[in-house]
Amino acid sequence: MKQVRISIIGFGSVGQGVAEVLMKKQDYLTKMGLDIKVIAISDSKGSFINQNGIDLNSALEQKRQKGTVANVQKTGVEIINEIEHDVVIETTPTNIEDGGVGLENMLASFENGRHVITSNKGPLALKYKDLVDTANLSGCKFKFEATVGGAMPIINLIKGVLAGNDILSIQGILNGTCNYILTRMLEEEASYEQMLAEAQERGIAETDPTYDVEGIDAACKLVILANSVFDMDSTYKDVDSVGITKITPESMLLAYNDGYVTKLIGEVRNGKLSVGPRLVPVGHPLSVGDTLNVASVQTDLAGPVTITGRGAGSIETASAILSDLIAICNNDN
Amino acid sequence: MRVSMDLELKDIPGQLLLALQPISDLKGNLISVVHHHEKHTPRGTIPVQIVFEIDSEKLDNLISRLEDSGVSVVRVGEERFLEHCAVIIIGHIVHTNIQDTIDKIDSTGFAEVVGLTLSMPRVNQPSSAFLKIDATGKKELNEALSLLKNVANKKDLLVIEPIETQFI
Repeated sequence: MKQVRISIIGFGSVGQGVAEVLMKKQDYLTKMGLDIKVIAISDSKGSFINQNGIDLNSALEQKRQKGTVANVQKTGVEIINEIEHDVVIETTPTNIEDGGVGLENMLASFENGRHVITSNKGPLALKYKDLVDTANLSGCKFKFEATVGGAMPIINLIKGVLAGNDILSIQGILNGTCNYILTRMLEEEASYEQMLAEAQERGIAETDPTYDVEGIDAACKLVILANSVFDMDSTYKDVDSVGITKITPESMLLAYNDGYVTKLIGEVRNGKLSVGPRLVPVGHPLSVGDTLNVASVQTDLAGPVTITGRGAGSIETASAILSDLIAICNNDN
Repeated sequence: MRVSMDLELKDIPGQLLLALQPISDLKGNLISVVHHHEKHTPRGTIPVQIVFEIDSEKLDNLISRLEDSGVSVVRVGEERFLEHCAVIIIGHIVHTNIQDTIDKIDSTGFAEVVGLTLSMPRVNQPSSAFLKIDATGKKELNEALSLLKNVANKKDLLVIEPIETQFI
């Protein structure tokens, strides 16, 4: 049995999802010969440490009841620096101004020789090359499937299954909130404002929806894709992005009558990154509805390959983190 | 120029070559041939549709050569616009003078606005337009679209283009 000691830094929706998934899949992991021990969990109020392995069920229970797992006044970065372990699961909230605490956590992990798995887009959308170079220098693995499209395994698809293919372009729907709003606008012939309110009511859009509806979230994901697939060194500021706030239901109907649906599409082509509303022919693989994400990769050998999946949700995102964790444990690249 | 032609051939061997040879002789570039060998017209001839590129001044010569060799030329048409595209425009389209926006494209000579559907829900609210644009080629279509985006940008209009469905 291979023992792998991990920390979960950031215990919000995704971090808790990881804990739940690890409990749910314990037998599966044991069968694979993996003994995953969570030795520390950090949230914004402090940390919970148990060198023998934390009982995840009671940690989740405590989080639900008290709003924090903290029993010691230690920050995430202190855990990373002071407690011996193998893999850091970095699930703090995204900060796209300067990378925030996530960036600090990742760099500290590499300095201490710990592998990093993250769902945190901010640091990657700002400092991708620095992070990858630091990881390589320290001989650490750096996996971030969960940053792009939640459960939709686009990065591992390209890097793993499609290895050997030249990737010519990628286009897709990378934000579930926008997809939901646009899908509902057409269904109900209702305004953007009305369907945003509905999405907020259903917990699909945040109270301040700017990050999603202005295309910033999609731009961050596109940057991570472009950097990791095309070895670029772009930041989200290099993306020509337009959001969905100006789209009218009348325009969507006009387009639909001629066989098109309106979608917020992110695209990397010839080194150019763009996010903006585009017309997608009805029935085209990219014309998925609801909160789904989708990406179409154009390759030289395999032709176009399209995958779709749930772009958000704590368990869905935790699924991507788990697959990265298993890959690291199995020493896959 | 690109020309499409409907021909009728006699139902005897060697007629297709007879129809295509003059195009080649006049340095035309054949693009497609649809040969309905199993079909017959009421006149007992076989219909053939061809598309080719040729210098416009050689077209009359070609037609007479074809007629002389017994090939009937039923229809001749110039295929001016080969690329078609639809875009959505959102904003104060009418107030910012849509005629001027259309003129900018029409005046290029290689692209034209061939369809316009407008939806104006209320005064002072943004309108939506569905514009169909034809152009002589792919490059020209892209040029027309960037021209449109340029004009739209100045007028604070949002342009929504179709995704690239044919990968380069």
